Amino acid sequence: MNKCAAEVVQAGLRRRYAAERRFRLYGLAAVLVGLLFLAALLVSIVSKGSPAFQQTQIRLDIHFDPEDIAPAGTIDPAELGRGNYPALYKAALRTLFPQVEERRLLADLYGLMSSGAGYELRARVLENPSLIGETHSLWLPADDEVDIFAKRWAGDEAGTERLSRHEIAWLERLGEAERLETRFNLRFFTSGDSREPELAGIWGAVVGSFFMLTVTLLVSFPIGVATAVYLEEFAPRNRWTDLIEVNINNLAAVPSIVFGLLGLAVFINFFGMPRSAPLVGGLVLSLITLPTIIIASRAALAAVSPSIREAALGMGASQMQMVTQHVLPLAMPGMLTGTILGMAHALGETAPLLMIGMVAFIVDVPDGFGGPATALPVQVYLWADSPERAFVAKTSAAIMVLLGFLLVMNAAALLLRRRFEKRRS
Amino acid sequence: MNTANVRMVAAPDGMPVVDRKEEGRRKPLVEVREQPTQATRVPAQTVGRATVDDPVMTTRHVNVFYGDKQAITDVSLDIARNEVFAMIGPSGCGKSTFIRCLNRMNDTIESARVEGAITLDGQDIYERRQDVVALRARVGMVFQKPNPFPKSIYDNVAYGPRIHGLADHRIELDEIVQTSLKNAGLWDEVKDRLQAPGTSLSGGQQQRLCIARAMAVSPDVILMDEPCSALDPIATARIEDLMDELRQNYAIVIVTHSLQQAARVSGRTAYFHLGHLVEVGDTDRIFTNPRHKLTEDYITGRFG
Ligand SMILES: Nc1ncnc2c1ncn2[C@@H]1O[C@H](COP(=O)(O)OP(=O)(O)O)[C@@H](O)[C@H]1O
Ligand SMILES: [Mg+2]
Repeated sequence: MNKCAAEVVQAGLRRRYAAERRFRLYGLAAVLVGLLFLAALLVSIVSKGSPAFQQTQIRLDIHFDPEDIAPAGTIDPAELGRGNYPALYKAALRTLFPQVEERRLLADLYGLMSSGAGYELRARVLENPSLIGETHSLWLPADDEVDIFAKRWAGDEAGTERLSRHEIAWLERLGEAERLETRFNLRFFTSGDSREPELAGIWGAVVGSFFMLTVTLLVSFPIGVATAVYLEEFAPRNRWTDLIEVNINNLAAVPSIVFGLLGLAVFINFFGMPRSAPLVGGLVLSLITLPTIIIASRAALAAVSPSIREAALGMGASQMQMVTQHVLPLAMPGMLTGTILGMAHALGETAPLLMIGMVAFIVDVPDGFGGPATALPVQVYLWADSPERAFVAKTSAAIMVLLGFLLVMNAAALLLRRRFEKRRS
Repeated sequence: MNTANVRMVAAPDGMPVVDRKEEGRRKPLVEVREQPTQATRVPAQTVGRATVDDPVMTTRHVNVFYGDKQAITDVSLDIARNEVFAMIGPSGCGKSTFIRCLNRMNDTIESARVEGAITLDGQDIYERRQDVVALRARVGMVFQKPNPFPKSIYDNVAYGPRIHGLADHRIELDEIVQTSLKNAGLWDEVKDRLQAPGTSLSGGQQQRLCIARAMAVSPDVILMDEPCSALDPIATARIEDLMDELRQNYAIVIVTHSLQQAARVSGRTAYFHLGHLVEVGDTDRIFTNPRHKLTEDYITGRFG
């Protein structure tokens, strides 16, 4: 009988192990497929986006001619600001290519430079009026088509279809004279949006997102934690609290665009708050993150060992003292983890922001909670929608920045949880 | 309660006890494993003397329900000053439920409902005016699993005095902490590392820390629910020694699964069975001469 059972077990053993191996293979395959998609996504974004971190520049010998920029002879900033700065780089280009005389060709020649070159020259003069009358060799931004051409050129690839024969010849001349170079694009990280791809930067969106998330954090963390503490520690279990609980869980599943509509109706139309403002965006995002934070915080509170509660109550601590002195400190890491994940979620939200007008084209870097602003994911959306070819790279670069922030936030949440688990064991 | 067919006789101390021949009442709660015979049913009234002359705590006709389920049925007994009172009985017989009534820890369980009268120094502790915080400062509790706060050793012991405002100065607090740790027999082991976390101690040390923590507010009664069940024999022996000293200043109610422990540390013992208090009396008498068949079966190891 015994031997018989052993034989049966033996016979079944191989089948069982085979099933186990098969199951593990399925799992592994699923993980690999997932990783493959992720890798494909990342490769595509990085390869498309990395050129945006470089910008083609042209070195010109600029003569700060007082005729053009300070005809009245004063260095009054208001007066200087009205100067004709494009004339400076146009003159420099004419000196480099004296043989170009025809008007149409001249316009093409001037078109090699970005309109940002004029702004940059003006900024330099306003900062340092003593430049007037002097001549300096300066690197100035090139036009976006030139930028694309130069980058493909370096990669030995023909990207010539948008440029005329003349333009390519000029660029080759500039290259030979070491006046054409692809340099690190600091402007991308320091400026706001622009219609010109070569001038557009992510900083305005980063600051807008920062203001918005600040509002979200300040609103949703205290409310979320207070709600969770009340529901978990103080509320009686009855039909009302059940109803509240069910509704909070349901809110977590409501499509975010609905919150956008709500924000539009309540904050903007009813309370008359400004459109496209980080304040309103942050409030709407708070509505979206609140359920997440409440649910995570309740889970963190429920995970606090009952023996600690008993210890505190047994010592004669009041309910309030038990919660604030013992339960909350132990639950805090879990609550913070949930909050960070909720904030990461909020950072990536786009649809509700479109509803409250944050989709507007805004050049200035936002300077407060009430002014017009845009946000990182909305910037991605705007650039992806722009017709200029150079915005393709900008879009991917903006996605990379967004993913970078998300990665940092998720890593922070992970780290927090690790530290918490280590301390508990 | 259906007491119609029970013949009561007055016991010398005034508490009615049941004539043993008349125990054959039908009791719905009896679920002992062997076929219930007359003698293995719970008595309608507690066997033995449940009262004392100068009680610190008294319970009268206490019933406890969890929802519809009755966990304690009509328990009346007294706790004397400066005694160690042991409660024994098989698992699930309601020892924890009963001991938790004594400092109203059952209040924290929503479904729990306590009936009857429980007094501390003559004051009804379930009275509306009674504040649970004040009550728990006078009736301390040590739990089955050592549960120090995740704070320093010092802060663990200082916690009670701090929240109840028992010390005006740091020096006073230091003194309370030191005395409590000394009384708990832990001072020599931890005096050099009072700022170390309480959770860094061994299990036995943690339990003594919890005892020190309970003593720090100078309670009248200390409740201990199986305080040694998570400890090794040496740590257990230390806590048993400690209990004999603690008796000088406190009344101690201890639930234990170890009959030897009950015999070693306690002056009186109560035997619980399925929510009923079957028998209570001097520990020596209970262990040498149990009067009820259930008690006898339990202490001779026939079930439990
Ligand atoms: N929180 C609770 N809710 C419902 N029933 C409980 C609860 N705690 C204990 N009980 C029940 O009450 C009875 C007595 O339990 P307990 O007092 O823990 O027994 P003991 O400590 O003697 O082992 C058991 O039947 C148990 O199932
Ligand atoms: Mg128990």
